[in-house]
Amino acid sequence: MNRDPQIDSNGKLVHLLSIEGIPRDTLIGILDTARSFVSVTEREIKKVPLLRGKSVFNLFFEPSTRTHTTFEIAAKRLSADVINLNVGSSSQSKGETLLDTVANLSAMHADMFVVRHSQSGAANLIASNVAPNIHVINAGDGSHAHPTQALLDIFTIRHYKKEFAGLRVAIVGDILHSRVARSQIHALTTLGVSEVRVIAPATLLPSHLSKMGVQVFRNMAEGLRDVDVVIMLRLQNERMNGELLPSAQEYFKNYGLTPEKLANARPDAIVMHPGPMNRGVEIDSSVADGRQSVILPQVTFGIAVRMAVMSILAGQS
Amino acid sequence: MAARKETALPDAEQLMTALIEQIRGNIKPDTGIIGIFTGGVWVAERLHAALGTEVPLGTIDIAFYRDDYVRRGLQGNVKPSDIPFDVNERDIVLVDDVLYTGRTIRAALNELFDYGRPGCVMLAALVDRGGRQLPVAPQFVGTELKVDDNEIVALEREANGALQLSIKPRAEASGRT
Amino acid sequence: MTNIRIKGGRLVDPANGLDVRKDVYISQAEVAAIGDAPADFHVDRTVDASGLIVCPGLVDVAARLREPGHEYRATLESEAVAAVAGGITSLACPPDTDPPLDEPGLVEMLKYRARSLNLVQVYPVGALTQGLEGRKLTEMSELADAGCVAFSQGDAPLPDARVLLRTMQYAATIGYPVWLRPQDPSLASGGVAHDGEVATRLGLRTIPVVAETAAVSTILLLVRETGARVHLCRLSSADAIDMVRQAKSLGLNVSCDVSANHVHLCEMDIAYFDSNCHLIPPLRSQRDRDAIRAGLADGTIDAICSDHTPLDDDDKQLPFAEAQPGATGLELLLPLTLKWANEAGVSLVQAIGCLTSAPARLLGLSVGRLDVGARADLCIFDPALRWQVDSSRLRSQGHNTPFSGLELEGKALYTIVGGHIVYE
Repeated sequence: MNRDPQIDSNGKLVHLLSIEGIPRDTLIGILDTARSFVSVTEREIKKVPLLRGKSVFNLFFEPSTRTHTTFEIAAKRLSADVINLNVGSSSQSKGETLLDTVANLSAMHADMFVVRHSQSGAANLIASNVAPNIHVINAGDGSHAHPTQALLDIFTIRHYKKEFAGLRVAIVGDILHSRVARSQIHALTTLGVSEVRVIAPATLLPSHLSKMGVQVFRNMAEGLRDVDVVIMLRLQNERMNGELLPSAQEYFKNYGLTPEKLANARPDAIVMHPGPMNRGVEIDSSVADGRQSVILPQVTFGIAVRMAVMSILAGQS
Repeated sequence: MAARKETALPDAEQLMTALIEQIRGNIKPDTGIIGIFTGGVWVAERLHAALGTEVPLGTIDIAFYRDDYVRRGLQGNVKPSDIPFDVNERDIVLVDDVLYTGRTIRAALNELFDYGRPGCVMLAALVDRGGRQLPVAPQFVGTELKVDDNEIVALEREANGALQLSIKPRAEASGRT
Repeated sequence: MTNIRIKGGRLVDPANGLDVRKDVYISQAEVAAIGDAPADFHVDRTVDASGLIVCPGLVDVAARLREPGHEYRATLESEAVAAVAGGITSLACPPDTDPPLDEPGLVEMLKYRARSLNLVQVYPVGALTQGLEGRKLTEMSELADAGCVAFSQGDAPLPDARVLLRTMQYAATIGYPVWLRPQDPSLASGGVAHDGEVATRLGLRTIPVVAETAAVSTILLLVRETGARVHLCRLSSADAIDMVRQAKSLGLNVSCDVSANHVHLCEMDIAYFDSNCHLIPPLRSQRDRDAIRAGLADGTIDAICSDHTPLDDDDKQLPFAEAQPGATGLELLLPLTLKWANEAGVSLVQAIGCLTSAPARLLGLSVGRLDVGARADLCIFDPALRWQVDSSRLRSQGHNTPFSGLELEGKALYTIVGGHIVYE
């Protein structure tokens, strides 16, 4: 299994599993297509007929309201039929294997699976085991990847900053467990930003990060100095219980984004967050709601980006 | 790209002038002009400038409404459609460079109606090469042109903005019919 | 009883220092003569071994046979057939069966079943602690009488260092070695891959090198304390190999082995979450793999084993972390060893030594050698035969191999156990 399963033998993207391995031109193409879908979402009839008659199955083995909803909206705006499966209530909990669940659904003429799972590599496994005309979109697998989130993040950055060259981007938070951070790092390095920085305490950093092309900072003020984009990651509750971090308060003291810490960045720096936010843990409310925050536009762009990904994949049959 | 030997290639600039004169006086001041990417937008820009209608120019990219998406997928280079005026109740002139099978116009009409309900829609084309596969007819035409099925008629724009027609064998060119 | 003449082969027997063109004569289940036929020798069968290597039957110090308890994954029959198809005539199996081999009755049953098949000779490694739970000593003396050649925890952890100390003292008392896979359970906890750049990119929980070296360190210190003979199973890191090299140079009574998988693969082979590369210990960095190869060449590492772990398809068709670790390997041990020898410029004699004389020494048995009058266990192989690994055509019931599709050189053509040709 040494070929990237998301790219077929003709070099076409047939699944979206990870940003890693996707050429720069393909990423730009997705962003450009997404821009057209933004104008669709801004008019009265927010639908186009591209995926009419296609069935999109949302397979969420890990619960999530927001991502689930945005994928559903995106699919419906492409005129697709959407079936939602929150697997807690279905056969998975009865001991059916992951691949059996997928095989059964494929037999119901699914055209596309949007998959979220708690294990790294789950979407890859599914993609390697579906029929050729079925496309898989990874909506987040364990700590590995969340490619559509990274795409909407770089779309947002391009919207506000225009050019990637010369940008300094800082990602702050639990990199160790973050699939969002990994996908963002791949996207930013592929697009050729000037610097990608990660800022976190040692217990929240994986080893060998520099091999991914990032600079590691333990001190937030230093790490934010002169950056153009600040991306804050959510800190999960279970990380604050004393095993990796002593408390939420101590985390906020050193790594929470406050106006004072933000002042280290450039005055026109934008503040991003994949959501949902833990106000007072990783980000102060005044920053989240402040003039530099683009957190709400990220959500709107998320729908257009997912429409772009679905229509590009569905057209590669 | 050798020029064809038989039919003489029309002068796009002359056709432009002819088209402008056909339309002038036959539309209202608040008529909306909408060009179809890419050649139709070039023609529409010239029409809009010459006719001096009130509302800004509209542009449409039919990528999301094509009838061959299943076969060919999303072709690259999708540009955002932009209709910066209210379509409801308004007269519209839809503008394309080369009218052929009529499928592009069908897609553009479907997209247009997702913006609202126009009062009426008229079609202006710089060149009508016949070969219709759908019941579509233009109200304003620069010229009719007979070419072989295996040839493509294309509009090009020079750096100085001058328009020029060309005829190429189908295998060389890519793009819509 | 057939009289067999093996004619025209290159005889390689590292234990006896032999690398010669001599015929081998087999009679009454024993090696009757080497070189010239014995007097009055009537040949029933001639095996034409021209162009082939004739060596002692291979000795594999770690192969899981899945009996008792895991028969849905493999059976003694299927795996014994796979072993002799790979030229292996003696193997040691770890105690982590279900139930574990902590009762003499279970060991006797296993030996009896293996004997009645008359294929590969099975030498069980007994459980070091009751139930492999890491708390109470087993009846090592009884287990040794039943046929155990050493005592081990298999892959089960033994976190209590004081218990480890006691087991080593006790095993030393009865004169048997303790085989340990060095891994600190708390440092390794939850990990499925090497703590390196691949796990970082793929978002997999990690087992750092220090989980292995901390355990090696504790074990070596206890060896010094107790004088016990310890064999370290399946080393995976350069640092651990360095520690063993140093310990040996100081005269400490330790030995170690590696699996054939780790001689060739590293973390990069996980690629796009190939669960066939989910192994214990994990595949580590290229530098670690290079250190394994160097350690084999300079003798720090005593033997290569298959670490044969047959698994069901369902066990592997899961996301990487959830897949069961392990690879099938009996039929690949020989060609993978030859591949290493070719690439590393190591002599054929030394390579075969890693599969015969050295593992035999670890087991404390007089197998893996071709003395006149000894049991006739032989492997006759073609070192130049090219073949492609097709997992569906392996004889083992486990098709889980990370080497699927790889072209290898070297294959056993005849395997003789107790004077019978059991595979050809």
